[in-house]
Amino acid sequence: MNKLFCILIQLFLLSSLQARVLPVGKGKQFITIKTAITQARKGDTVMVYSGIYREKNIVLDKPITLIGIDYPVLDGEYRYEVISIKSSGVTVKGCKIIQSGISSMEDFAGIKIYNCRDVVIRENILENTFFGIYSQYGTNCTIEKNKLTASQKEEQQSGNGIHCWKSDSMRIIANEITGHRDGIYFEFVTNSIIWRNDSEKNLRYGLHFMFSSNDSYIANIFKNNGAGVSVMFSHDVKMIHNYFEENWGDGSYGILLKEISDGYIEHNRFVKNTVGIYMEGTSRIQMNGNVFERNGWAMKIQASCMDITVTGNNFINNTFDMATNGSLVLNTFNGNYWDKYEGYDLNRDHIGDVPYRPVSMYSVIVEKNPPVMILFRSFITSLLDKTEKVLPSLTPENFKDAFPLMKPLRL
Amino acid sequence: MKKVIKYVVIDILRNRIMMAYTLFLMVLSFSIFGLEDNSAKGLLGLLNIILIIVPLVSIVFSTIYVYNSAEFIELLVSQPLKRKTIWMSLFFGLSISMVLAFLIGAGIPVFIYQADITGMMMILIGVLLSVIFVAVAMLAAVKTRDKAKGIGVAILLWLYFALLFDGFVLFILFQFADYPVEKAMIAISMFNPLDLARIMILLKMDVSALMGYTGAVFKDFFGTELGMGLSFVVLLIWIFLPLGISTKRFKSKDL
Amino acid sequence: MIIATNVSKKFGSLTALNDFSVTCNKGECIALIGPNGSGKTTFIKTILGMVVCDSGFITVNGCNIKNHWEYRSRIGYMPQIGRYPDNMTIGQVLDMMKDIRGKQNKNLLDEDLIISFGLQPLMNKRMRTLSGGTRQKVSAALAFLFNPELLILDEPTAGLDPVSSEILKEKIISEKQKGKLILITSHVLSELDDLVTQVIYMQDGCLCFHKTIEQLSIDTGQVKLAKAIAQVMQNK
Repeated sequence: MNKLFCILIQLFLLSSLQARVLPVGKGKQFITIKTAITQARKGDTVMVYSGIYREKNIVLDKPITLIGIDYPVLDGEYRYEVISIKSSGVTVKGCKIIQSGISSMEDFAGIKIYNCRDVVIRENILENTFFGIYSQYGTNCTIEKNKLTASQKEEQQSGNGIHCWKSDSMRIIANEITGHRDGIYFEFVTNSIIWRNDSEKNLRYGLHFMFSSNDSYIANIFKNNGAGVSVMFSHDVKMIHNYFEENWGDGSYGILLKEISDGYIEHNRFVKNTVGIYMEGTSRIQMNGNVFERNGWAMKIQASCMDITVTGNNFINNTFDMATNGSLVLNTFNGNYWDKYEGYDLNRDHIGDVPYRPVSMYSVIVEKNPPVMILFRSFITSLLDKTEKVLPSLTPENFKDAFPLMKPLRL
Repeated sequence: MKKVIKYVVIDILRNRIMMAYTLFLMVLSFSIFGLEDNSAKGLLGLLNIILIIVPLVSIVFSTIYVYNSAEFIELLVSQPLKRKTIWMSLFFGLSISMVLAFLIGAGIPVFIYQADITGMMMILIGVLLSVIFVAVAMLAAVKTRDKAKGIGVAILLWLYFALLFDGFVLFILFQFADYPVEKAMIAISMFNPLDLARIMILLKMDVSALMGYTGAVFKDFFGTELGMGLSFVVLLIWIFLPLGISTKRFKSKDL
Repeated sequence: MIIATNVSKKFGSLTALNDFSVTCNKGECIALIGPNGSGKTTFIKTILGMVVCDSGFITVNGCNIKNHWEYRSRIGYMPQIGRYPDNMTIGQVLDMMKDIRGKQNKNLLDEDLIISFGLQPLMNKRMRTLSGGTRQKVSAALAFLFNPELLILDEPTAGLDPVSSEILKEKIISEKQKGKLILITSHVLSELDDLVTQVIYMQDGCLCFHKTIEQLSIDTGQVKLAKAIAQVMQNK
């Protein structure tokens, strides 16, 4: 019996030597987080109990774990960066971080990763931070289940929610972001995944994505953002199972694709956007299984795009299915369902016998002369459209779906 | 005045063309909503009915009715009634009948299939257009003595509002493609009740498309409460102006 | 009761009434006679306010009719061709007229003609299903219905069968005897013989003469109105 007790004590001592727990809070071993961190050694856990902590800038410069119990509030008083992570292997979890400094010179953030790897930021709440979670030269970091809310009205006074710059192998998972300038911002980020995030009501883009290649974003919701989602100057991007909803307004898009190549856009839903997808200088994109519903324009494909393959998508209740600005068409649009298709299927193979032309004459005219929008749905424009269908003259001849489906796909 | 209105309404409601119109509207609306799997497409079909068929029937029927009532009007004039009363009674009688036919024919299907703000807006606009075109028809009828000519004028007026005016607008837009004409377009659209009606309905229906590009300019005007109110006022002016002119003409007209 | 003073009316270049003046008094039954286009109907319409005269004025019971309408409650008018809204029944037309006149006229209604024309069983018939004659009967019945002091009958017997025409004549005579003023236009002069006390003869919108029937027969030496008028026309 005694022997067993001794072994247990020894085990306990051993483990406490390797990884101790340092409690912080009122009546606890440490009053401030900073003192606990100075005392901590590699692998230790700083356990912060609830309360309000105004400790200016907290720097985590050794591989320790910072855990909040009952969401202790770490207040940056609108002057300081709240947590700076300057060591690999740091974990920050369960903290409520509020009011980081706002500056036009420096990118203050709620939590900022400086040039390190294997950082985990999980289940934190960030309120009214300038930038929310910022990764600068981060590698193999996980940002998961955080909730970021900002309430600035002007773009200049607001930073991005999750901002990654020159990072690699990042995992951005199940975060909720609202009210920031851009919900998620990627610049020079590679081999990363953005999964199951919910980015709504941000001032500019729900997702802003530039010079970042070999990334995937999957099953995210981008809703009601000022300008939708923008993906630019990248290659090998996979966009799968995302929702793009209610991105309304002048110059607002479900996705804006600019200079993108070799990507996949699959099984996404575009609902009630001014423009579902806008493509410019885009090439070699496979699009299938997407649903476009109740958008102003489902897609606008500029003539600078090539080798875009659009198959097996549903186009339902869009004001215009397609618009383009030129007559050169180097893309294929076969085998989609278009609710505006008025053809027939005599051989009953569920494929329409006459091709469908998704670009209406009126949409061509509007593209050239936008104020013509005032005649939208008038008798004269529908007459023009009908004439054009019989005798195409303005709309590009080979912009057509040769095998339009008679019934919508189950998507 | 009420007495005369009552009998005019009774007379028109028993009219076979009126019954056919009501039935036609109803069959059309029900089949539009019933056949289309999504109700938004049904609304689009209904929009065309409201913008094309309702004004046409309203203007042609009213013109013919006024001409056919020439002797009846004479009889009324020989009675102790003010001419204004007679003319107003005719106007209200026709308006009430057209509105009733529209409400039964198109209103009921909308209430069943699309009882939301868009549907209500459509009904409201349809009612207003019915009345506007009764007023326009009465102006056409009072201005021309000959029945055949009068009906011709009515059809031409309809063609003008439904098609020619927009053709003219399209022409202007292309002539002035390099200038910022959006604001002017808002003003021009006031000159055609059908354009105004269409834009008002579309703002409820195709919000996403109209939000884009210049659509935003239109949205900024028509979408605001002020713009909406102004549009309604203009539509009301489209009722009262022709009515006022035709009443004035009728007062001094030799029958 | 009716005083027309220098009434002129032009329809475009056509002169319908030219400086026309005439006075009609109560208890008279006046035939308004003249060739086609002589301005008879225009005169009647002017009295009724359907046509607005260019110059001159008309008073009815001492009241200038211009811009007035109340005076018409004293008038019963039977038009040349009576057309009514197609889908109204006779009953509804009568009801409507009663509604319109109701408040101004508290006298008892005079439904003699409705009864004697046998219109009662037809009350639910639509106007569009009626023959021209029946419609004419309705018009006549309407004109007399409200016991007006002044009756204006435009070709009253045209389209009526002999029996009905006789009934109407009887009615006119009886009303005359009540001291009402009755204005009749007709082309069938022989019918007017027993009815009229005075003749107004019009031509080209001008008054040719306005005489009592006795005076006319003395002047022409003819007893029958038709022959008297024929003589007048020949003399012209």
